Amino acid sequence: MGKLFAVVVAIITVVSTAIFLTHTWWLPVDISAHGHAIDHQLSETMVSSGVLFVLSQLALALFVWRFGDRKDGRPIKTFPGGVTPMVVLAAVLVGAEILALTFVGAKVWAGVYQTPPDPNALQIDVQAEQFAFYFRYAGADGKFGATHPELINEASENYFGLDPAHDTTARDDIVVPSLVIPVNRPILLMLRAKDVNHAFYVPELRIQQDFVPGLVIPLHFTATQTGKHEIVCTQLCGLGHYNMRAYVEVMPEEQFEQWLKDKASQQ
Amino acid sequence: MDRPADQPRVAEHAPPQGFLRTHVFSLDHKVIGKQYLDLALVAVCTGMLLSWLMRVHLAWPEAPIPGLGKLAPTGAAGGVITPEYYLSLMTMHGTIMVFFVLTTAPFAGFGNYFLPIQVGAEDMAFPRINMTSFWVTLVAFLVLISAFFVGDGPPLSGWTAYAPLSAVGKDAGPGQAVGQTLWAVSITLFCVAQLLGALNFITTTLDLRTKGMSLARMPYSTWAWFITSVIGLIAFAVLMPACILLILDRVAGTSFFIPAGLVISDRLQPHAGGSPLLWQHLFWFFGHPEVYIAILPGFGIISHILPVFARKPLLGPRVMIGCLVAIAFLSYTVWGHHMFLSGMNPFSATLFSVPTLIITIPATIVTLLWIGTIYGAKLRFTTPALFCLGFVSVFVSGGISGFFLAQPSIDVYLHGTYFVVAHFHFVMGVAAMFGIFAGTYFWAPKMFGRMMNETLGKWHFWLTFIGVYCVFMPMHYLGLAGNIRRYSAFTDDYLKPLIPLHRFITIAALFTGAAQLIFLYNLIRSRLVGPKAPDNPWQATTLEWSTTSPPPFDNFAGHPPVVSRGPDEYGGTGPAGDYVMQASAP
Amino acid sequence: MTGVASYPPRVVPPPGGPPGAPAPPPPPPTATRPPASQPARTGVWIAVGTISMTFAALTSAMVVRQGAAPDWRHFQLPPLLYFNTLVLLASSGTLEWSRRRIDSARGPAGVYLTLALGVLFVAGQVVAWRQLAAQGLFLATAPSAAFFYVFTALHGLHVLGGLGGLTYVLHRLRGGGSTPAPRAALGAATLYWHFMDGLWLYLLVILVTRV
Repeated sequence: MGKLFAVVVAIITVVSTAIFLTHTWWLPVDISAHGHAIDHQLSETMVSSGVLFVLSQLALALFVWRFGDRKDGRPIKTFPGGVTPMVVLAAVLVGAEILALTFVGAKVWAGVYQTPPDPNALQIDVQAEQFAFYFRYAGADGKFGATHPELINEASENYFGLDPAHDTTARDDIVVPSLVIPVNRPILLMLRAKDVNHAFYVPELRIQQDFVPGLVIPLHFTATQTGKHEIVCTQLCGLGHYNMRAYVEVMPEEQFEQWLKDKASQQ
Repeated sequence: MDRPADQPRVAEHAPPQGFLRTHVFSLDHKVIGKQYLDLALVAVCTGMLLSWLMRVHLAWPEAPIPGLGKLAPTGAAGGVITPEYYLSLMTMHGTIMVFFVLTTAPFAGFGNYFLPIQVGAEDMAFPRINMTSFWVTLVAFLVLISAFFVGDGPPLSGWTAYAPLSAVGKDAGPGQAVGQTLWAVSITLFCVAQLLGALNFITTTLDLRTKGMSLARMPYSTWAWFITSVIGLIAFAVLMPACILLILDRVAGTSFFIPAGLVISDRLQPHAGGSPLLWQHLFWFFGHPEVYIAILPGFGIISHILPVFARKPLLGPRVMIGCLVAIAFLSYTVWGHHMFLSGMNPFSATLFSVPTLIITIPATIVTLLWIGTIYGAKLRFTTPALFCLGFVSVFVSGGISGFFLAQPSIDVYLHGTYFVVAHFHFVMGVAAMFGIFAGTYFWAPKMFGRMMNETLGKWHFWLTFIGVYCVFMPMHYLGLAGNIRRYSAFTDDYLKPLIPLHRFITIAALFTGAAQLIFLYNLIRSRLVGPKAPDNPWQATTLEWSTTSPPPFDNFAGHPPVVSRGPDEYGGTGPAGDYVMQASAP
Repeated sequence: MTGVASYPPRVVPPPGGPPGAPAPPPPPPTATRPPASQPARTGVWIAVGTISMTFAALTSAMVVRQGAAPDWRHFQLPPLLYFNTLVLLASSGTLEWSRRRIDSARGPAGVYLTLALGVLFVAGQVVAWRQLAAQGLFLATAPSAAFFYVFTALHGLHVLGGLGGLTYVLHRLRGGGSTPAPRAALGAATLYWHFMDGLWLYLLVILVTRV
């Protein structure tokens, strides 16, 4: 029975590790300026914790194989060196790993979330609601109109609660249901929620952030490749949560300017 | 209730008379322990059925499930689960499993039965409070289950019930009306019950230990239940007021968690000023320690059982206890790691990340102590022993992924994905369940006076062990590929290529679930007609094996044992073999 | 700390010492366990810990909520609360008096008085609620009012629980006041009652300064 257990554990360990190593299922392509640091951190963690995983499982398998159903009549043995060296070694090794991960990881995190956005970043307002995203561009005047929750009206497509009748800055605001951004230009999203918690997640952009009602949360990134990807809500937001998706389309700068002009003329 | 120890140790309450007082409203901790375990058994069957439904829906969204259409005419018309109903199933699955299985079985169930016996007491310190604790738990469970049958169906805001979705009432969707209120009431009651339970556990451990039972001689399981009680005493004391505030937001129009200017279902909500993040902070201040409430009793049970079948004392007993205490302490400093992306100050993410990573040090040491105990042992492969070894393996597999999620820089990619599902199912679901299985096979002879069938037990182990790896290991791959969780119907989007992997998981889950029927059959059959168990079938040393199987009403028939040894003196020479009982003369 | 400590300090002759012989040294503090371990008292201490945690959580919730939005509204607390405070303090005094005279026949009288004062306190709190309601301040009127009601209601419930406990102790005292068990129970109940006092004073400070 002990040998069977050891073999099963070893097979499980080898197969699951092999699938990780061969990247059979792996992260999608990274299209962001900061993503490589995240991917690198993930790979580093994969290696160091993978070693820990394989060693622990194989040690378990080995000992169970060796000391199971022992018929040799010899007395029990304690672990070589006793408990102290083992504990100290474990604490030092894991401690060092933690220190390394924290040191590098904190820098990566800070690089994404604790840096101020580029002052020339293109600012886009994002409103999340059950169960859609809406994106607002400032328009020709470069200013966003004020929002008034009491004016929000789905039927008249006033998703943000703008007041163009009294608010001149709101008149040229462009509101669209999918995110269109220029490539290689810093983007600053201002996330607001109309009703409950939502989240903004684009796996290819390596970015994820909750929307919290009552807060406006800034999120900035730079896309480095053109293409079209899905935005999904990852915070359980109610009945139609599974349906809450939008697209992010990354375009060359000129194409983006043209798109913006077209939209402005439709206002 | 408050008998001084220098008085003769007689049960304060006389042996009960009549069926009701003996089996239903019993004050006997053993009966209450079994009641908790039976409740957990009903709960785990319910929770697992829900997970089957979820898995089928994830793999074959259009497949009709026979009979379901009648049970849930709105959520699954014609037996086909809607993506909306999936959210309700998920909410109920999580709530039932976390609260009514992983907290009640290893902690309240086994703890109630064995903590007093293991310290040589004849009952808990406060038997009436103990009974109240069980019945309040039962009511809490019934209130939660009733959510399936109320008008709009069960809630759908997840077991974490994030406000404002959980707080605004029916505007947030069906199930968020009565169903969510029932959820909040149920959890409030559950908190009260667990606080009463923890009070009993701590007092019994501190005050009712028999002569010679110093803290250093307490079995590891007792230590674990004691430490878990301390965690629970703080955690549930925070969740309870949080749930009360949530109920007030829902029914009394207050605004603790609901900010101003919310427009839900085209209606401007009449609330202002509340903080959604406040709920998250209160919830996770409870929620993270709750993970340890689920798993620490498992640590204790494994540390208790492994030496029995290794025929060898645990390696580093003091280190083990120290690690349990360290984990308990650290568990209160890490709740923010559930909120890296919640909109709280990004700097605090770093602060929460560090203690989260530090927890891996005691957790690693604990694992190494188990593996080191096996070195040089004389392992006996009984079913409880196999589940102990399996526990070590799945705990390692689940713990490793914590390295990833503890780092905000990686969590930013993985947070909303199946990687997290894999992590917590391995570490607090499967590992805790393996602890429960090990405990059941180990203690069933004592609790029911009958042995469980070893052949069936081994089949159960092998199918479960391989099954859980087939179910949960692939979820890591799904997570890496960006498969988001709390989500279904991957039919038309970027997740479509992952459907084959989902089908594999579903088939594995159905098989693994079916394998649990072996356990159920074995359990019920052995309780009724299993071979009579001797007093000490495993040649173990702790006090529960010094008394009869099952123990008499006051555990030791009026002769409480005197303890002169530690809990795991194996491998030497004793009068009966290679072990010395705790209660044998010095 | 033992629940049956007596005050003023009485000189208790050391047990077993023959009269006239030099008094033997006091017995060393018991090694592992107090001679009379008192689960009731331990239980109350644990309850004190967990109740404190509950109110600490609510206090931090209040601080967060007050900082979350500019809609906090200060209002005048009903002066009746101060009278209620005195009532509660007095009830603690009568209970302490009773605990110290538990061996005398008058002992239980203090417990009865405490019960009466406790009921008066709860009634007073209800009246204070009604006064606030008469001013138009309800649970949902303002966040400050919401916290006021939550704090006072939860504290009131715990006081009611204490009253139930005291009734139980009284029942047992009448069953035989000289056995150690009810004395320990009274000691534990007194501890709990004093904690209710302390908790209320804390809440009063919080409410006065923040509401």
